[in-house]
Amino acid sequence: MLSTPNHEDDILLKVENLVVSFHSSRGKVDAVRDISFSVHKGENVAIVGESGSGKSSVALAITRLIPTSMGTIEQGKILFEQQDLLLKSQKELEQIRGNHIGMIFQDPLTSLNPTMRIGKQIMEGAIKHHKLKRKEARDQALTLLHDVGISNPDKRLDQFPHELSGGMRQRVALAMALACQPKLLIADEPTTALDVTVQAQIIALLEEIQKKRNLSIILITHDLGIVARFAQHVLVMHEGKIVESAPVEALYYSPQHPYTKRLLSSVPRIS
Amino acid sequence: MKLTWFAASLLILITLFAIFGPLLSSHSYYETNLSLKNSPPSQEFWFGTDELGRDMFTRLAWGARISLFVGIASGCGDLVIGVLWGGIAALSTPKIDNLLMRIADILYAIPYLLTVILLMVVMGSGLFPIILALTLTGWIGMARIVRGEFLQLKEQDCILATISLGASRSRILFHHLIPNTLGTIIVTVTLTIPVAIFSEAFLSFLGLGVQAPMASWGTMANDGLPALRYYPWRLFFPALFISITMLSFNLLGEGLHHAFDPKSRR
Amino acid sequence: MKRYFLGRILSNIIAIWVIITITFFLMKGLPGDPFTEEKALPPEILQSLYEHYKLNDPWYIQYGNYLKSIAKWDLGPSFKYKSRTVNDIINKGFPVSALLGLEALLLAVTFGLTLGTIAALKKNKWQDISAHLLSVLGISVPSFILAAFLQYLFAIKLDLLPVARWGTFQQSLLPALSLAALPSAFITRLTRNHLIEALNQDYIKTARSKGIGEVQIIIRHALRNSLLPTITYVGTLTANILTGSFVIEKIFGIPGLGQAFVNSIANRDYTVIMGLTVFYSVILLSLILLVDLAYGWMDPRIRLGRAPS
Repeated sequence: MLSTPNHEDDILLKVENLVVSFHSSRGKVDAVRDISFSVHKGENVAIVGESGSGKSSVALAITRLIPTSMGTIEQGKILFEQQDLLLKSQKELEQIRGNHIGMIFQDPLTSLNPTMRIGKQIMEGAIKHHKLKRKEARDQALTLLHDVGISNPDKRLDQFPHELSGGMRQRVALAMALACQPKLLIADEPTTALDVTVQAQIIALLEEIQKKRNLSIILITHDLGIVARFAQHVLVMHEGKIVESAPVEALYYSPQHPYTKRLLSSVPRIS
Repeated sequence: MKLTWFAASLLILITLFAIFGPLLSSHSYYETNLSLKNSPPSQEFWFGTDELGRDMFTRLAWGARISLFVGIASGCGDLVIGVLWGGIAALSTPKIDNLLMRIADILYAIPYLLTVILLMVVMGSGLFPIILALTLTGWIGMARIVRGEFLQLKEQDCILATISLGASRSRILFHHLIPNTLGTIIVTVTLTIPVAIFSEAFLSFLGLGVQAPMASWGTMANDGLPALRYYPWRLFFPALFISITMLSFNLLGEGLHHAFDPKSRR
Repeated sequence: MKRYFLGRILSNIIAIWVIITITFFLMKGLPGDPFTEEKALPPEILQSLYEHYKLNDPWYIQYGNYLKSIAKWDLGPSFKYKSRTVNDIINKGFPVSALLGLEALLLAVTFGLTLGTIAALKKNKWQDISAHLLSVLGISVPSFILAAFLQYLFAIKLDLLPVARWGTFQQSLLPALSLAALPSAFITRLTRNHLIEALNQDYIKTARSKGIGEVQIIIRHALRNSLLPTITYVGTLTANILTGSFVIEKIFGIPGLGQAFVNSIANRDYTVIMGLTVFYSVILLSLILLVDLAYGWMDPRIRLGRAPS
């Protein structure tokens, strides 16, 4: 476990008083209500909560990926390396997305373009951000596929997403997110759509990657079993608010908030 | 939503015009008066007269009767054959289903206007042949839609439950399948009517449709075309009526589609 | 994959055979025969005509001969114009019609894709609403009425373009526009709906999360995937343009196959009607088959043997 000293300059991402609201047929609904948290360099933070708790909205809000037709960020600050992402233009944001912040999503089948070869999808980001030549990008994609544990990367590069299994697709998605050596990886329910055995593999892979590259990961999940194993710090979200924020041991051994207690009691324990 | 109501009111107006139009006018659709030929719209002839001096208003009202009749009759024909064919396919064994749909597929591949033209050439012009030809070619779309919906519904739990309780086939058909498919069927019929109206106009424009002295919008457009330069109203009015009627049916069908299918609301 | 296309080819051949058979027996079933009108013909000539068309043979021999000659792509002579064959008519008229149809298709695709894309990107804004109204209009106004209107406005009133005839690009503009209206309306709609659907897909979110620019996302990710379903409609659209050409060529006096077909109907030139119907069906069905092949090739999920979910 990494120690987490609380120096300000060690903070990679700091979210302050974030409010996100969505437009619905019944008017404006606040999905995220005034939350604040920070992520240190090399730290794994988990955001847990049941569906509808607003945890995925946080993930999308950080990279400003909430479509304007669906919702808006009402207030707050999202400081990434001391710069407020809410003040950035779309062009500037494009320079940060994929480049400094990588993301993977829930369903690896739908989150990959079905008609584009895997290699091309991995190379796309690096070609844009690092101005790589096609050949360089391809070599890099090969290394990436190897790093995320895909056998025969040479062959896989020219395949289409539907030719891979669910677990392999998520590995490809991870390779895509890592293509530009981001400092922060946001994983939005990366294991929910996968089989249990594959879930464990993906989490193990995330851990391995995190150690190797010393990046920070925000893992969004409803699975407290994964959280216990993976994260150093846990944020519990309920109805758009962070009801508890604690280091993982503290949360498991002495949950403070009644909602956290309820969540924990609903997890089947093996021990 | 507003557009749907607008379309519906236009259709009511056109229907009223079809029913009462001929009664409002003191002329008949066949009465010729060569001394008054090609006269522009006036108090006497509200929409002008044609090359034989016949009153365009009365003829257009008769055209409305014919167009609406052709549209609704062939829409109903499609409905009957399509629902039967699609329903039988969906409710019988996979083998029969496959056979029936293969036949439909092959017939569907044949461009329908060609078939209609061919049938009209053989059967001769006239109102009844048009309706027959349109029905013979038009039911396939309906059959496919009905079969698709039925198959989907058949898999649903509530219907599986009824089947397992031993409900009879006709009970399932009339109490479960048809009521649940009604929306789609109505939309499909609404959208086939403008196609039929268009086809009638198209055939009449080619000289295969309704024959003189009967008036159909297509025939009148065909007659008006050579006179376009000097007597534009002779083409303008039938063209306007065809377009507005088709537009209204299309808008109505679209509106109904949105109303029946919550998924399509955007 | 191979099986799929062999199946498609086979069912197309069956469809063409069905059309040939239907045309044959429909023409056979005509009340009386085409010559009875021409009472003036001396019986010897009548007899020789019968001989020429082998009308004295039993129907199954006639049917066999008919199939055989079509297999050799000989669509037979004209009933009305001696020393003229259906093949002649096609050779003369089809290039003209094909050119006009191609121009219309090109117009329709350009116009429809542009308008559909704009509508999708400006969903529910005024651009979208106007595109929607325009496409409903395009679907509702029959091509022959649009043609007459365009002719009246641009050629007669404004005197900007030639009224009719064929040969120059200016002369082809109005007919091509009239033919393109309906397909444009369809393509606009399809493009809009499929593009909106594609833009809501997760992989677009992924592409955005990679920092890809919005224009690149639309071109590389969304448009390609939304074009696929649109391509399947090209067959239907071509059928529309083809049947549209019957009236459009008549209105603009274009010496194409459409006009030849309309004339043969007016003359009750039965063998020409038969031959051209077969020709049109073959052209259309081959085209639809080609489109299917292209679709399979463009969508890797089909090309690699799995149906898209």
